Amino acid sequence: MAAAGAVLRQKLPGNMDICGRSGKGSPEFHVLAVDDSLVDRKVIEKLLRSLSCKVTVVESGSRALQFLGLDGEDSSVGFDALPVNLIMTDYSMPGMTGYELLKKIKGSSAFREIPVVIMSSERILARINRCLEEGAEEFLSKPVKLSDVERLTRYLLRGEADQVSEFRKRKLPKTCDLEFSFPSSPLSNDSDSSSSSRSSSPLPKRCKSV
Amino acid sequence: MELGLMQRRLEDYTKSLFMEGLLDAQFLQLQQLQDESNPGFVGEVVSLFFDDSEKLLNELTSAMDQQIVDFRKVDSYVHQFKGSSSSIGAQRIKNVCILFRNYIEEQNIEACLRCLQQVKQEYYHVKSKLETLFRLEQQVLAAGGSIPAIEVTSF
Repeated sequence: MAAAGAVLRQKLPGNMDICGRSGKGSPEFHVLAVDDSLVDRKVIEKLLRSLSCKVTVVESGSRALQFLGLDGEDSSVGFDALPVNLIMTDYSMPGMTGYELLKKIKGSSAFREIPVVIMSSERILARINRCLEEGAEEFLSKPVKLSDVERLTRYLLRGEADQVSEFRKRKLPKTCDLEFSFPSSPLSNDSDSSSSSRSSSPLPKRCKSV
Repeated sequence: MELGLMQRRLEDYTKSLFMEGLLDAQFLQLQQLQDESNPGFVGEVVSLFFDDSEKLLNELTSAMDQQIVDFRKVDSYVHQFKGSSSSIGAQRIKNVCILFRNYIEEQNIEACLRCLQQVKQEYYHVKSKLETLFRLEQQVLAAGGSIPAIEVTSF
């Protein structure tokens, strides 16, 4: 990044409306995002809104459970609120970690079918595997990019069960296509984490990048 | 100042922040998300980052100042700072945080104190630069111009 030339600021393509089905009568995609960082909550909310998703952002696992109505309280909030189609949660949070939240969700008959995505700035293999084994859909590296979320919502919306279960079988998150993103992978040169949910080897051939 | 010149100045200034390694692609990502429906988005996120960071730096300073340093606490703060700086693309802060965490692991107090100093310096440096950037953007917008898109050459 030190040798950076100039920078291109692209506008989102006009048809980037993955989640919203305006005018077609289908319900909108509702994502519940969980993160203890205020900055990250703001960014993830914007990322999702830019894809026309409905977003509910909460600051902790316990708040998330409260929202879902899984906190043991006899609240009917869960029933009146818009159904959740996807849960994206940070891994490292005080109190309940993302992993613990994942387990609670997968342990609930009402919500176990909701795909859960874990986000983390640390790519620890054992952690990734543990989450995937517990039923997480994907493990995204932070900072989360638009291309990650766009890809995610695209395949989840397709609702193809085969696609979803195929993905779960993999130990490592799959590589992604970088069609919409900036060439961020070559820039990530810190020692403990790289760009999004790709394998830890040098930029995989499947990724179309610069 | 003429609008074209202002835009040129803004463009050059923005480029310099990337070339100095102060900002990385994540900042571009934020700019990409900014649109007519939320023209102040980047400014808002950065503003949250500033508030968050000031608090964190205070806590960090206090934690490092204790007779017996609680390294777990210190690590938690540095981890948070690393996360938020990474989320806005503040690359140099992030890199110092990575180094900082290594020293925390070693429980090397001297090195940790040096990192604390360094991370503060980097923070105030990027804060000042970003404030200037936003000021230049405001000037362009006030003069009826739009923020120029700049060209990617190589990273």
